[in-house]
Amino acid sequence: MANALKTLVPPNSNKSVRQRQAKDFTNVGTTGRVLSVLGGAALTYYGWSRKQSPLGKSLTTAGGYLVLRGASGFCLVNKALHLDTAPPKTEGFEVTSSVTILKPRQEVYQFWRQLENLPRFMQYLEDVKQTGPRRSHWVAKIPKNIIYKEKLSTIEWEAEIDREKENSLIAWRSLPNSEVENSGEVRFTDAPSNRGTVVQATISYQPPAGAAGKLAAKFLNPAFKELVKQDLRRFKRLLEAGEIPTIIGQPSGRKEENY
Amino acid sequence: MKAICWEGINKVSTERVPDPTILNPRDAIVRVILSSVCGSDLHLLGGYIPAMRSGDIIGHEFMGEIVEVGPEVKNLKKGDRVVVCSVLACGGCEFCHREEYSLCDNSNAEPEWSEKAYGYPVAGIFGYSHALGGYAGSHAEYTRVPFAENTCFKVPDGVRNESALFTSDAFPTGYMAADFAGIEPGDTVVVWGCGGVGLMAMHSAWLLGAGRVIAIDQYPYRLEQARTRAKAEVLNFKEVDVLEALKEMTGGRGPDRCIDCVGMEANSTGIEKVYDYAKQYARLQNDRPAVLRQAIMACRKGGTLSIIGVYGGFIDKFPMGAAMNKGLTFRMGQQFGQRYIPKLLDIVARGEVDPAYLLTHKLSLDQGQEGYMMFKEKANNNMRSVFAPAG
Repeated sequence: MANALKTLVPPNSNKSVRQRQAKDFTNVGTTGRVLSVLGGAALTYYGWSRKQSPLGKSLTTAGGYLVLRGASGFCLVNKALHLDTAPPKTEGFEVTSSVTILKPRQEVYQFWRQLENLPRFMQYLEDVKQTGPRRSHWVAKIPKNIIYKEKLSTIEWEAEIDREKENSLIAWRSLPNSEVENSGEVRFTDAPSNRGTVVQATISYQPPAGAAGKLAAKFLNPAFKELVKQDLRRFKRLLEAGEIPTIIGQPSGRKEENY
Repeated sequence: MKAICWEGINKVSTERVPDPTILNPRDAIVRVILSSVCGSDLHLLGGYIPAMRSGDIIGHEFMGEIVEVGPEVKNLKKGDRVVVCSVLACGGCEFCHREEYSLCDNSNAEPEWSEKAYGYPVAGIFGYSHALGGYAGSHAEYTRVPFAENTCFKVPDGVRNESALFTSDAFPTGYMAADFAGIEPGDTVVVWGCGGVGLMAMHSAWLLGAGRVIAIDQYPYRLEQARTRAKAEVLNFKEVDVLEALKEMTGGRGPDRCIDCVGMEANSTGIEKVYDYAKQYARLQNDRPAVLRQAIMACRKGGTLSIIGVYGGFIDKFPMGAAMNKGLTFRMGQQFGQRYIPKLLDIVARGEVDPAYLLTHKLSLDQGQEGYMMFKEKANNNMRSVFAPAG
């Protein structure tokens, strides 16, 4: 558990402090804000039409507060309760995900350490070549825009294994001046009572600098998280089942696409 | 090739589709000889199982002949006559090692749906919606069988195709229901539902030492099968108060083991029927759990409920207080076919049980809609429509 928490802390913790400070005063989530405005407006309208009665007056006041809360994104109650439901503002991605694989730790580790194996389960990875004891060359094909599935573009970078402990840890990062700044850390631990190996991967990726990059990060973060989860599942399937189950290419009664 | 495809609610059609090919090293291609409808298909047909797409080939209970194997398939060869388990299992994950094959971590090709709906992904099943893998089903001339060595079982010489067919799903599912009921010698076992799976559960209850077997349904011809083939005492819930009758038949004590072979589309009577239909229609509950409620009330204190009829989502008015205070045990799940099929093929080969009587109507693939409607409407005393692509 301690390990798990440790890896959740971003490697550059100075940055996270900065992010925290840069974050404005909002502490209400997007859905909460919309509901506040709508509900508040309704209450105000209802209270105003009965403004002679004490109930009407308090409803108008409460409604007005909700409208303000929604419009500003700041809530006194949340503040008092130390609640913050506003979405975090991140500049890059960092995703941690775990999977348990019913294979000995050494076998699981060795399969990953043979970096040439990675494209067999990482969907967007084309090719990885070990170029030295610690150096490797990576080629990925990524959609220029994941959301609209635009045409694929190829990106390449050099990476270096910067920490390694046989059968328990591999950590790598891209070399400076790479087109895509990224790093990863994978921990291998024994699952309890011979239930295989727990693989915990933390993958970080810094998008290009600038406002466009930040915007891209905001949209892509959920997709990236899903991708890492899927890739880990594919890794598990490849090791346990010897193949990754698929239905792509099977017949169906749909004329347009045959699976 | 020809295949029966799901087109929409209560509508299937026979289409020309491409032949299947080997897609993964552990695949095999089976030429389908017999492929049966199953009660659980009616949930798909009725639109109660989400994630069906128009054009999906359905069917999951079948037997046939191997015509091609992938490079990693060693113990099967062209020409082998095999029965194919409806549930897919990789053989390498924790759950396959526990022989809980329908919980396989890896065989569902589209695991995201069930992971979201159920918390963790469940195994793939042939022709049973994109929630359970989206695999093309068996009502076709050929079917691709993933993890073939774990999914195909050679049919012993001397066992007819018609008898082997139902060891694909109905028999192992019924057997698992009886196994999960934890029958002790002399126990009174009640089975709700006299379809293929229910009848197989009754045969299995006898094999596992039951002292008495009671069957419940509303169709006289099905109750007759239960009485004559499965040697059960029968109750028609349209004619008697089931709870009263069971209490009386067991000397006021209640049955020891209760098996639900009906599932999410249970039929009931009176106000309960109106209530469940209305809520299901309004999508306020997915499933109509009338059998489950009745079984909980009927079961003796400390007894067991074994649930093998399929449920998909949420149910309402679940008598948890009765279940808890009576100290009931619940067991349930989709069949762990790979665990039971070899044993059941032996039982069939020895002639102890011959499930072939379930096949009441043999049809061609062109008669898909007719076969399903006859089965759904319980017309012509239909137990099972079975498609024979080669006639």
